[in-house]
Amino acid sequence: MKMETDLNRFHKIVRGKIKQSLRKFIASGDLIGRQGKKTINIPLPRIDLPRFTFGDSQKNGVGQGDGSVGDAKNPQEGQSGEGEAGDQVGEHTLEVELTLEELATILSEELELPNIEQKGKKNLEHKEIKYKGLVKRGPESLHHFRRTYREALKRMISSQEYNPDDPIVVPIKEDKRYRSFKEVIHPSANAVILYMMDVSGSMGDEQKEIVRLTSFWLDTWLSHQYKGLEKRYIIHDAAAKEVTSEIFYRTKESGGTLISSAYKLALEIIEQEYPAADWNVYLFHFSDGDNWSGNDTTECMRLLEEKMIPRVNLFCYGQVESRYGSGQFLRDLKKYFGEENERITLTQIRDRNAIMDALKLFLGKGK
Amino acid sequence: MFQHTVLPMELQEIITLIEEKSRSVGLDFFPTLFELVDYQQLNEIAAYGGFPTRYPHWRWGMEYERISKSYTYGLSIIYEMVINNNPCYAYLLRANSLSAQKTVIAHVFAHCDFFKNNYWFSKTNRKMLDQMANHAAVIRNFINDVGHEEVENFVDVCLSLENLIDIQAPFKHTPAVEKEDAEGKRIHVAKMQSKSYMDQYVNPKDYLEKQEAKLRLAAETQQRIPEEPESDVLKFLLEYAPIPAWKKKVLRVIRDESYYFAPQGQTKILNEGWASYWHSKMMTEICPLEPSEIIDYCDHNAGVIANHPGQLNPYRLGVELLRHIEHRWNRGKFGIDYLNCQDRKKRKEWDTQAGLGQKKLFEVRKFHNDITFIDEFLDEDFCHDAKMFLYDFDPRTGKSVISSRDFASVKAQLLLQLTNFGQPTIKVIDGNFHNRNELLLRHLHEGVDLKQDFAVESLQNIHKIWTRPVHLETVIEKVPKRIQFDGTTHTIEKM
Repeated sequence: MKMETDLNRFHKIVRGKIKQSLRKFIASGDLIGRQGKKTINIPLPRIDLPRFTFGDSQKNGVGQGDGSVGDAKNPQEGQSGEGEAGDQVGEHTLEVELTLEELATILSEELELPNIEQKGKKNLEHKEIKYKGLVKRGPESLHHFRRTYREALKRMISSQEYNPDDPIVVPIKEDKRYRSFKEVIHPSANAVILYMMDVSGSMGDEQKEIVRLTSFWLDTWLSHQYKGLEKRYIIHDAAAKEVTSEIFYRTKESGGTLISSAYKLALEIIEQEYPAADWNVYLFHFSDGDNWSGNDTTECMRLLEEKMIPRVNLFCYGQVESRYGSGQFLRDLKKYFGEENERITLTQIRDRNAIMDALKLFLGKGK
Repeated sequence: MFQHTVLPMELQEIITLIEEKSRSVGLDFFPTLFELVDYQQLNEIAAYGGFPTRYPHWRWGMEYERISKSYTYGLSIIYEMVINNNPCYAYLLRANSLSAQKTVIAHVFAHCDFFKNNYWFSKTNRKMLDQMANHAAVIRNFINDVGHEEVENFVDVCLSLENLIDIQAPFKHTPAVEKEDAEGKRIHVAKMQSKSYMDQYVNPKDYLEKQEAKLRLAAETQQRIPEEPESDVLKFLLEYAPIPAWKKKVLRVIRDESYYFAPQGQTKILNEGWASYWHSKMMTEICPLEPSEIIDYCDHNAGVIANHPGQLNPYRLGVELLRHIEHRWNRGKFGIDYLNCQDRKKRKEWDTQAGLGQKKLFEVRKFHNDITFIDEFLDEDFCHDAKMFLYDFDPRTGKSVISSRDFASVKAQLLLQLTNFGQPTIKVIDGNFHNRNELLLRHLHEGVDLKQDFAVESLQNIHKIWTRPVHLETVIEKVPKRIQFDGTTHTIEKM
């Protein structure tokens, strides 16, 4: 079909536009609500060609219908625009439908993200046998009695052999139906993301929003890389607990901060459920960097160095800036591990606009 | 796309019948070829503006997506597509019910009649289908030669200017004599006074010749380009812009197509009105539907001429105004006596049994376009009966509000909207502005400002063709201003 070429070209232009304004999309929370759906709609700045045309600020025109002077033009809608004679089309903002998959691709193109080298068995999958469909030949053990009966009945009625007063139905060979089975291959997850978030009193709403946005995009990208991705969420103040994603993003706690509590819990989960040989483990920790005591920080470093980092693909620490936080933890980490460390990624997310840079840093290593 | 589909027998018979009946009532059209297509094909053809053979461009893709979406969500449905060409091509939606198919076929024949006989269509290329295919070939060749990206970018530039044509141009007769001043203007070289026998020494011949040549050159360079303000901006650019041959060719293609489509914009109300008038006449009187089909037909017809709350539907306005004319001429409601009659009752009951309605309608379809149609026939009675009103945008409430039902202002506004087929009129004033090869354009402001960001971007596109600074005089919020673009930045100054 000839249209395909033009349509593809159009889609390509749209993707270009999305790329251009990706930073804005990433910073705005609009997309998050659609999380979980297969597709998302992105409103785009117009893509139409400019032309000399009339502005709509002084929009007036001629209409037809009931109503006295002073009444709204369209009583039901109350919308302005349209209604001119001729075939001018009202202004449309273009809304593009994208799958998360496509969005992830665009993200990776724009951020120049490398594909991840997976460890463990590539694409762990398991087979399942499902009975679906019917066939005309098969082993007697799979004989589908009801459908066979129905076929026989149909045949007999149509050939007028069937006698309602003497309803005996005799199937012949052609009537027989057998269940058929199919092998279904399920990709099984071999990657897990563990999100840890500091929910102590010093983390405000905006900070949490930044965490939310960052993790949405991390999700989008990692789900693109691994079919079947598991996610676990840990929140912590002075004590850590595992929660669902809803609680993770919504909860508002207060209290002190003991980061080591979260690390201990994370470690427990990893050790028990995700053996390092088969699993790609991603740890993301967000905090405002205000740990309770220096002792606890030392404990954290020890845990990281000895136990956690050897087991995971990536440990990322994103420090969101808050009014109350001192930001000390980031400095401590940097001092301990050095500015440039292969195994650990540290960054500061000052505001929403910095999310994109954080993503690039987190995912840029291809691990 | 153009392999001729074999129509079902039943449909072919209907077409033959309706064609025969249409001709018998005086409709006169080119041979018309019908094709049955499914909704995807029809949407595709519609996206291409009726021509599946058009040059490759992303905007067809965009249009296709828009149409398909709105079809999928049930917002709009295209029943048919008919192309002004000889022979006429008409595409019918396969999914139409038989009664809808009949209505649509009658509608199509009336459109074809309009294409063939309306004066404003008389200058269009009747082999446009072939021409479009040629245009596509031309552009494809350039894509092969200079690259896809480059051609597409330039097509984008041209398309953004495609409405800068002079819709009157095809009907203008340029008198041949006008060009006299190039030769005819006397070049007079002042001579020193002298006796005749001294003349050749006082006023040496070669000196005089040199002076004359100088003066002639000066006269030529002083000539303004263009001599008169030029509404066909694209033509001006074609003639004078320093662009390579391939770009010229592309610009010419876009301009040709623009001229081809212009009459359709100019006659939307009349053309749709005419087709709707005839489809209802055919379906109810001349070759009536089966009784069982009538409900379906009414439903379909009501959808076509529905009055969307507070909007103007060109189908409805057109058909109502045509019926109004038919009614008037049938009862002899015309001429000086009628027009001067002030007695409402008498006017209402006026009937001379003239019976000229249909004859008048054929005349209207021959000579009028939307503007002249509205201007001449939209009278106070009609305006009142059709419940027409003027609305204004109320910025406080963000709503459009009915502001008046006054006949004169309704008509004035309607005519204004139709002027230059709803596009702003922009003319080239000077191609050597500031004596520096800069381009000066003027927008003839008729009360509505240009959309400013678009205007600036379009101006930048003109600059891409003209390559020297470009200026546009317009009015922004009642202040005359000049928008200029010099290749890097644009400025807006008070004049």
